[in-house]
Amino acid sequence: MAQAFFGGVHPNDMKAATNEKAIEQLAPAPAQVVIPMSMHIGAPCKPIVSVGDKVKIGQRIGEPGGFVSAPIHASVSGTVVAVEPRPFSMGGEMMSVVIENDLQDTVSEEVKPAADPDSLTPEQLVEIVKNAGIVGQGGATFPTHVKISSGLGKVDYVIINAAECEPYITGDHRTCLERPEQVIKGATLLAKCFGVEHVYIGIEANKQNAADVLNKTIAELKAPVVVQVLHTRYPQGAEKQLCQAVSGRQVPSGKLPADAGCCIFNLNTTCAIYRAVYTGMPVVNKIVTVSGSGVIEPKNLECPIGTPISLLFDACGGLDEKTYKLIMGGPMMGLAQYSTDVTVGKGTGAMLAFAGDEEKHAEDPQCIRCGKCVGVCPVRLEPVYMYKYLMKGDVDTWQNVLHGMDCIECGACAYTCPARIPLTHAFRMGKQKVNNARMAAKAKAEAEKKAAEEKAEKKEA
Amino acid sequence: MTDYKNLKLMASSSPHIRNNEDTRSIMLDVIIALIPALAMAVYNFGWRALSVTAWSVICAVFWEWGYCKVMKKPQMIGDLSAVVTGILVAFICPVTMPYWMILLGDFFAVVVVKQLYGGIGTNFLNPALAGRAALLACYATAMTHWGAPGTRAAIFGSAADVVTTATPMAIMKEGDFSALTDAFTVGDMFIGKVGGSLGETSAMMLLLGGAYLLVRKVISWHTPVAYLGTVAVLCLISAPAGANAVTYMLYNLFGGGLMLGAIFMATDYTTSPVTKPGQIVFGIGCGLLTCFIRRFGSYPEGVCYSILIMNCTTWLLDKYIRPTIYGAPKKEKKEAAAK
Repeated sequence: MAQAFFGGVHPNDMKAATNEKAIEQLAPAPAQVVIPMSMHIGAPCKPIVSVGDKVKIGQRIGEPGGFVSAPIHASVSGTVVAVEPRPFSMGGEMMSVVIENDLQDTVSEEVKPAADPDSLTPEQLVEIVKNAGIVGQGGATFPTHVKISSGLGKVDYVIINAAECEPYITGDHRTCLERPEQVIKGATLLAKCFGVEHVYIGIEANKQNAADVLNKTIAELKAPVVVQVLHTRYPQGAEKQLCQAVSGRQVPSGKLPADAGCCIFNLNTTCAIYRAVYTGMPVVNKIVTVSGSGVIEPKNLECPIGTPISLLFDACGGLDEKTYKLIMGGPMMGLAQYSTDVTVGKGTGAMLAFAGDEEKHAEDPQCIRCGKCVGVCPVRLEPVYMYKYLMKGDVDTWQNVLHGMDCIECGACAYTCPARIPLTHAFRMGKQKVNNARMAAKAKAEAEKKAAEEKAEKKEA
Repeated sequence: MTDYKNLKLMASSSPHIRNNEDTRSIMLDVIIALIPALAMAVYNFGWRALSVTAWSVICAVFWEWGYCKVMKKPQMIGDLSAVVTGILVAFICPVTMPYWMILLGDFFAVVVVKQLYGGIGTNFLNPALAGRAALLACYATAMTHWGAPGTRAAIFGSAADVVTTATPMAIMKEGDFSALTDAFTVGDMFIGKVGGSLGETSAMMLLLGGAYLLVRKVISWHTPVAYLGTVAVLCLISAPAGANAVTYMLYNLFGGGLMLGAIFMATDYTTSPVTKPGQIVFGIGCGLLTCFIRRFGSYPEGVCYSILIMNCTTWLLDKYIRPTIYGAPKKEKKEAAAK
């Protein structure tokens, strides 16, 4: 058994609703998809199609807006009917390409498998991954080609994240059971790319059957992959925590896992790499677990990127009318949605609807100093004091003495707090304050520099 | 199909699920854990034990309610913390304690120590223990009028009718250790058939309650084990000549308010450190002070004052015993290790 990360909580995993259900294709296929031009961390894409254009599945429709960015592809074939801002799952509106589906599923000529998948150089793999628009599909959506290329040469520990520690979500679990070959072949590609002897798959003990299936496939393919079964505990699947649990290494504060010699890929990302190499298909589909007390018939659905979430709920028998919360992602870190018009993006692993008593709220929360938040923090922070200093407005102490910026926002402290204090929310605000102050300081320094230069120029003149 | 436009949706920050445990359920667990000791008190001292406890709870809740009412603060009695304080104040008074003194003790605990410092979670002294300290200072005679086990104090009777006894700690203080072993067996001490405060005598019942709290994860083992362990070790190495060291240790562990203090008072969330290492230091400090007071002080019993003194060091322990964060730079780690 692997080592453990610090702290952690045990929410009821609620996975029984969907973990026996095979992945279904969304039917009927969406009549229209709305593809936002930002489904990754980094610069948004620029749309390269215009209204009236015919597009095919896998055709590039968004050009990356910078190095840390990933191209976007059409997920259905049909006609572009609008290129305009639409409601966006991260809040507000985002420039989106709206495609009317012709239901022909014509695949673009651009989609072709790599000539010789078994002898790709790392550079070739990075290029394929980049062109396929692959991003971290666990939810963080960091462009994968950046991760690989910045890790090359530094990384000696490659980990596939199959922890899926958030309650309700079962997409990765089903993928392991139904498509183990994609997982193992994708992992093998990564092993070759990084030149490591083994790739480790970290999976939680509540998915033992998936671990067994993976082990069987590894034996059949004689793949350089090792499955590590981990204790079931949240946030096992947080990048830094999984790194600690599997390799025993800690990522230095403020750095990336690559600085500890580790590189971590989501299970779905690994499958996407497999598909990009062996079939040439970029990221156009996503497996979404639709679950929660508000969903009539929970399911694991595979749907085109850009599918409105209302269609997902329709395919699951609709919603309970008492539904009061829709969450994109897991219940611990997901984003609450206020509209059913938002669409599935590359990082959407789940759509939850709550109609029961999941949400617990206290009117005037009073900290009782129980210290449970200190015990569960996977970063070993002290949320009780972080909260008190933030409420006092002492951001300086929060940042420098209490290391507030190291918070990973996993929500374990707020989950466990018996007084129901919105701790994680407060720390997000704290981070924002620090970031705003940094931006302001930077802007001020630049303005001063400019003023000094102008002064010097005047003197010269 | 569902008309999604009709849903009343709420958008708030994650996490969207919460643990079932809340302040009220924690306090309820503490109350449940105190019931075995209360039952033993009734068995030992008669129904007056129950009436004193009930009265103390009424007083504590009344003061909490009244303070919030007068100060126009939101009512907090629903969190049951005043009920816990009320029970504990009764537990550390003799069964013959006059009701009006209990009323004053609860006033000091709830209003002066807890509410004036900002209410739940902000007081720096354990309210019940501070209440006891105040009562001991004001009414020393009533506070040391120990009913003998097996006597039945009348619910509304005069304390003078009750057969009194010395507590094991007092016997140990005044006479020598053999006087105590003659008076009570280790079994008596463990079960609680000795003189003492209402709820402190039965180590067995208190340990039972402590086990319940551990299972329910209301308390962690760190403080009680550090506290009891320190007392045990000190007693083993400092047993008086001629006495069996293990017997001496057991009498010390089961005697006085040690079990009640270590399990229910030193683990008070508000007045003890939030980190596990801090809690261990806190427990060791309590253990050292308890042994020193028992051995060298002028009082026979030191649990109350040792915990109150350690309460005052909590902020210091929290300030200097901080966890080393995940991924801390190596230099910082070394410094932390050096500390």
